[in-house]
Amino acid sequence: MLKPKTRFSNLSNLFLPLSVLAILIIINLIKGADYFRITVVNGAFYGNIPNILFGASELVILSVGMTLVTAASRGQDISIGESGAISSAIFVQYVLRSGNVTLWTILVGFLISCVAGIVIGAFNGTLVSFFNVQPMVATLILFLGGRSIAFIIDGKVSPILANEISNRIGTVIPGVPIQTPIILTAVFIVLVAMVLKATNLRLYVEAVGINPSAARLNGINPKRVIFLTFLIMGVCSAIAGFIAVNKAGRHDSVNLLKFIMMDAILAVALGGNSLGGGRFGITGSILGAYTIEMLNRTLLRLEVNPEAIKVFKAVFIIVLMIVASPVVRAFVTQALDKAKSIIAGSPLRQTGGTADATGRKGE
Amino acid sequence: MQSDIILKMEGICKSFPGVRALHNVDFTLRKGEIHALMGENGAGKSTLIKIITGVYQKDAGQIYLEGRPVSFRSPQEAQDMGIGTVFQEIALCPNLTVAENMFIGRGRDRFVHWKTMNGKAAEMLSSLGIPASPTQELASCSIAVQQMIAIARAVDMDCKILILDEPTSSLDEDEVQKLFALMRQLKARGVGIIFITHFIDQVYEISDRITVLRNGELIGEYEASSLPQIELISKMMGKALSDVSSMKKLEPGKADDSVPVFEATALSSAAGVRPFDFTIQKGEVNGFAGLLGSGRSESVRAIFAADKVTGGEVKVNGKRVKIKSPLDAMKQGIGYLPEDRKGDGIIDELSVRDNIILAMQVMKGFFRPLSRKQAEEFAEQFIQQLDIKVPSPNTPIKSLSGGNQQKVVLARWLLTQPMYLILDEPTRGIDVGTKVEIQKLVLKLAAEGMSLTFISSEIDEMLRVCSRMIVMKDREIVGELSGTNLTEQDVMQMIAQGGK
Ligand SMILES: Nc1ncnc2c1ncn2[C@@H]1O[C@H](COP(=O)(O)OP(=O)(O)OP(=O)(O)O)[C@@H](O)[C@H]1O
Ligand SMILES: [Mg+2]
Repeated sequence: MLKPKTRFSNLSNLFLPLSVLAILIIINLIKGADYFRITVVNGAFYGNIPNILFGASELVILSVGMTLVTAASRGQDISIGESGAISSAIFVQYVLRSGNVTLWTILVGFLISCVAGIVIGAFNGTLVSFFNVQPMVATLILFLGGRSIAFIIDGKVSPILANEISNRIGTVIPGVPIQTPIILTAVFIVLVAMVLKATNLRLYVEAVGINPSAARLNGINPKRVIFLTFLIMGVCSAIAGFIAVNKAGRHDSVNLLKFIMMDAILAVALGGNSLGGGRFGITGSILGAYTIEMLNRTLLRLEVNPEAIKVFKAVFIIVLMIVASPVVRAFVTQALDKAKSIIAGSPLRQTGGTADATGRKGE
Repeated sequence: MQSDIILKMEGICKSFPGVRALHNVDFTLRKGEIHALMGENGAGKSTLIKIITGVYQKDAGQIYLEGRPVSFRSPQEAQDMGIGTVFQEIALCPNLTVAENMFIGRGRDRFVHWKTMNGKAAEMLSSLGIPASPTQELASCSIAVQQMIAIARAVDMDCKILILDEPTSSLDEDEVQKLFALMRQLKARGVGIIFITHFIDQVYEISDRITVLRNGELIGEYEASSLPQIELISKMMGKALSDVSSMKKLEPGKADDSVPVFEATALSSAAGVRPFDFTIQKGEVNGFAGLLGSGRSESVRAIFAADKVTGGEVKVNGKRVKIKSPLDAMKQGIGYLPEDRKGDGIIDELSVRDNIILAMQVMKGFFRPLSRKQAEEFAEQFIQQLDIKVPSPNTPIKSLSGGNQQKVVLARWLLTQPMYLILDEPTRGIDVGTKVEIQKLVLKLAAEGMSLTFISSEIDEMLRVCSRMIVMKDREIVGELSGTNLTEQDVMQMIAQGGK
């Protein structure tokens, strides 16, 4: 009786993104029954679903990093878009300056941009963990200055990344039916799952996020754990920047990954994670990220005025936050429990009654 | 006679997922009586309290306050109706001042009179003999002082009912007497008091009536004067208490010629203990005795580097080592069960399983996680060994009863199999039966070669397991007692005189 219970509670964290996803699908199906139709163009799949998977790549990767930062530091990194813009600017410069572009060039450029991401993460992480600055305040620095740095690295407006390999990374590899960013995101998710399986990252992060003092007395160094999550965030930003710049084919330091931290934070919350840190679920955040992409595209598909989209999203978020609030949650779980005990019927109560009768007699 | 009853509860039922916490429980509280609510860990005492005060909603049953049916939705509502409560887990704000904690959100006044607040607080603190200043930050007070402050907050001179859930769990004899004096005063005014504790002596000292719960069921209500102690214990446990007299502690000096397992010279920490020397031999159990605030906990925290170590030299098995962080200490084979269970011990949202394996897992290393199956086995092993009442190892620890949480934290350190284990108040909130089991376990571990430091505010308990007692006063070691010199009287005398 207990096993299904725990599985249910795991599922209940995914309840929110899944139900929003379901609602969006229904809306889309009403709009047009061909919503799920997939067409093959030049041997690759296209359609609404592939488009969502393709479009959400960067957001998914960023929300994984954001989940870890949130869980450990009890705050959010708002400089992830800027961080991605800087590291991808470095990637573009490396590629542009190396004349003949081979796969090797791209790979080295990517690794260099990851190092840049780690440096940025270390900067934010140092402020947060060693100087005890609020995460949002600490990352505000790069949020404000990051794009200028990216522009200085670029040296001019929007350098073009015109090479065959970049094009393939950003769109599709001939002969492979699935767009490359989708594949890269899938590989990333698998890697993250492997890291969580092979290390104690989850235990450490959760312990630090819930009770840093107790974590410390059990040998965990909370500062180092928080620092580590910012490093991971930095790598995630670099990967997202890499995908974004290859998709775009040029480095637009002003608009690349602009305001994406809003969606990333929303994905984390939508995934059933507390923005106050502690326990976390990566699956929820990933689902949340795809849901947000779907929401964006649904609003476009419903021909909502692009200016009005922001208002729609804001209203949607407010409703969501109320639905997900502890108050409503407690109410719902209570109602669910009641319903379950009614469905389960009287057996529990009856056995209870007999036990009590014998207990009384014993006295 | 009927009008004497201020609180009546009938047929109270409450279930949590996988647990039936209360089933058909009746409870009656009369005017001007002190009513002890007794039962083992997880019997449902705190749950009953939380139902009265509106923290939880009952599944079935009725509550009458002065004859009228009531159902509170929050402790605030209960407080407004004259029910003051001290909950088992101290629920104060650590970063507010003592005075703020005593007055904010309390009583009928919506507004706090800032000017008079500190004055009033100072008055109350001194009348209760609480060693704290109104403007001090709460976090800087010891757990015992915090507990006293929580009591001061709940006590309203014109309340009808006062509920105290294990208020004395970290108090020393003196503080307990102060609390009892206050309780008697309230009782004389006609206040009905519900008192929960695991200290049997205290129950007999102060209470008029006793209600016993076991496994969520009512066993009965008795006059304290007509219920012998042994009978009370067997009613709580459902069996007789195992024999304490068979316990035999190891005599010190058994291994005196070998090098000490742990040795510290002139150790000091940022928490402000005077530099002290300390040694412990293999298989020895020693203890730190002293009044509240004497520096017992600070000393052991310095050994484990729980507070920043500011000086001194440490040797483990005769070899000089550097212990700068808890992890360093753990790697040297030292374990430390902290005094503050909620703040320093449990990771409240994590499962019982994760809480049990935590320290061991950290020692194994970041890159070597235990398999799920292995972790589950370890958890199951201790759930059985310490009789932890929990529906499954996956249950979050915060839903366990106080005593059962304590057992989980103890299990965590036992699992690491330390060479030297420091236990600061390991039996806080643990019921009589289990207390004896833990004391036995400590002696068994020592016999197997583990060294232990055992601190308890209950001197009896320390005398039962410790073969050597280090006596502290004003953050300084004033002496040491062992062998035939180690009796309660000797300890008290040494504390009073401040050394020989
Ligand atoms: N919020 C909760 N969720 C799930 N189970 C709970 C919750 N609160 C209490 N329980 C369960 O109800 C039972 C009774 O707990 P309760 O806290 O009332 O015990 P207690 O008599 O106060 O014990 P102790 O002496 O250890 O404090 C326990 O088995 C506990 O695990
Ligand atoms: Mg309790």
